[in-house]
This record gives sequence, C-alpha cells and structure tokens, in this order.
Amino acid sequence: MTIRVNGKEITLEKSVNIDDLLVIAKAEAPLYVSVQLNENFVKRQNFAVTFVKENDVVEFLYFMGGGER
Amino acid sequence: MSLTDKQLERYSRHIILKEIGGKGQQKILNGKVLIIGAGGLGAPAAMYLAAAGVGTIGIVDDDRVDLSNLQRQIIYQTEDVGKKKVFSAAETIKSMNSDVKVIPYAERVDSKNIMDIIHDQDYDFIIDGTDNFPVKFLINDACVFLNKPFSHAGIIRFQGQTMTYLPHQGPCYRCIFETPPPPDVVPTCKQAGVLGVMGGVIGSIQATEALKYILGVGHLLNGYLLIYDALTMTFRKVQINHNEHCTVCGDIPSITTLIDYEISGCSWKRG
Repeated sequence: MTIRVNGKEITLEKSVNIDDLLVIAKAEAPLYVSVQLNENFVKRQNFAVTFVKENDVVEFLYFMGGGER
Repeated sequence: MSLTDKQLERYSRHIILKEIGGKGQQKILNGKVLIIGAGGLGAPAAMYLAAAGVGTIGIVDDDRVDLSNLQRQIIYQTEDVGKKKVFSAAETIKSMNSDVKVIPYAERVDSKNIMDIIHDQDYDFIIDGTDNFPVKFLINDACVFLNKPFSHAGIIRFQGQTMTYLPHQGPCYRCIFETPPPPDVVPTCKQAGVLGVMGGVIGSIQATEALKYILGVGHLLNGYLLIYDALTMTFRKVQINHNEHCTVCGDIPSITTLIDYEISGCSWKRG
C-alpha cells in the first residue's frame, strides 16, 4: 500500500500504526512530533491504535525554534 | 494626512501597485507592528518593514549583539557587537527611514509584561522572531487572549516554517503543538546550526504577512503551516484545521491565563 508522508510517497508492506510510521519515516524526536492524518490531528494517546490505510495523507509537524540566538 | 513629495518618490514602487496605491501606503505608514526577538528572523523582518514605511515598529529583546549573530542578523554591523540589540536595531532603522518610529523594549517578554507591551501602542500585528518555545507559547496565548494576529516562525539547519494566526479564523500555534517540549529535546540553532539566509527567507515572509494584513490584501497563512526546505528547495503549504480540543482556543479552553514555562539554562546561555 502507498501513503503520503510529508508530501513524499511511502510504500508499506502492511498497514502500520502511527508509532511505527514515525520510526519507519525516521521522524526526529518522535515524542514531540504532532501528527495529522488526512488533515485531522491524531491525539498522541491514539498513535498506537491508529492505523494508516491506502492513499492516506500523513503530516508530521515538527517543533522549530531558532531565529533569535 | 497626505503623502509628501518625498514619500511619493520613496514609496513609488508600492504606490504603483494596484493593491496598494497612495491609500495603501498611507495604511502602511499608519501601521504598527511589534517584533518580539530581534535575531535571525526579527532582523530582516524589521528592515523590510522599515523600508516599506511601517510607521511604528516595536522591537523587544533583552540581549546584546554577539559576534556569532552577525552571520545572519543583518540589522547589526561588526561595530555593534556588545550593544543592546534593540538600540542598535533602532539606530539602523532610523538611518534607513525617518518615517518610522521605533519603540525599543530592552526586556525579555514574560507573562507579566507581554500584555502591556502589546497594549503599549495597540499594535496591529505581532511577529514572533523568538528562538525558544516557552516564549513562542506565551506569544500565542497572549495573542489569542487579546484577539491579535501574529506570525509564528522557526528556523533550524536548512529548514524553516511559518504560520499566521488570525483571531477566530483558523488554528493557533497550540492547535498544532499542545505544550512546549521539555528543555533541550528539540535542538536550537546554537546546538544544531542554521544557514544564515534561512532567517532572511522566513523573516521576509513574516514581514510580507504583516504588510498584507495591514493592507487587507490577498490570502494570509492562517490555516496553513508553510514549511521550507532549502536543501531540496521546496515549499510545502500544509493545511491545518482549527483544533476543537485546543487548550487555549478550542471549544472548552483549559488555559485562561498566561503561563511562564521554564526556559532551559542552555538555550538562554549567551554564545
């Protein structure tokens, strides 16, 4: 199955949950990534029970500080 | 108040735009923008807003110019090292454009002063140019409480992101990120580095949003997070919906007063 993660197509052998997808997609500091699935936020406590399906669009949103110093 | 001959000439490239004209330039001259954090983002934002003729620019920063700032904070010159940033930035802006009144605030924003600073000139638009999450959340919450639009941004390495908050028109920063990360789990520019020009790209977008808001033209970045990757030279505009569970702007907000989150010693240490 194919999904889109941050604009890039990813092919998966089987459906995985958000926790696994964070690892597969090599998310930096996964404990602090906000996740949108098909434009809806997924609560962190639901990461383990939320599975992606064909054609899903996932956005990992990262904290970005920087700027001042 | 009408534009002087000098102003008609200085702002002629604005005035010729059908979206701006003389009326729009007058709006810009009457505009009031507050920039919190006079660093990689705030410096270019301040300079473009000053050149554009934004009549009142408030700048908040308690820091002094450091040699390591000069790689990206283009409002400062080598001889400014050691000076208070807000006064040095004010000097630069004064020499750029005498139409601009700069209000320097040589202090660090916290829950006790941020409302007063925003109220001080009843600023139209706020630019978050800070580098740390406690203050990013503080600016968000203060703007939600005061119904003030603001531009959030962050830069790191070869990446940047920005979004615009408009009261009751889309998500706030907390709709995406519920609470600041613990100190030092997310890298800062000092730890991870940043390409100097990232602040120029993203800070200039923040200035663009401020000007569009003042002019009332076009579509702002409310409801979107714009993510820029300089290595692949791609911009992605990710749609973000308002989060009904948001703790500050959701249906049943649990946060009703400003919070001073702990700022780690590391990220505040001067380099």
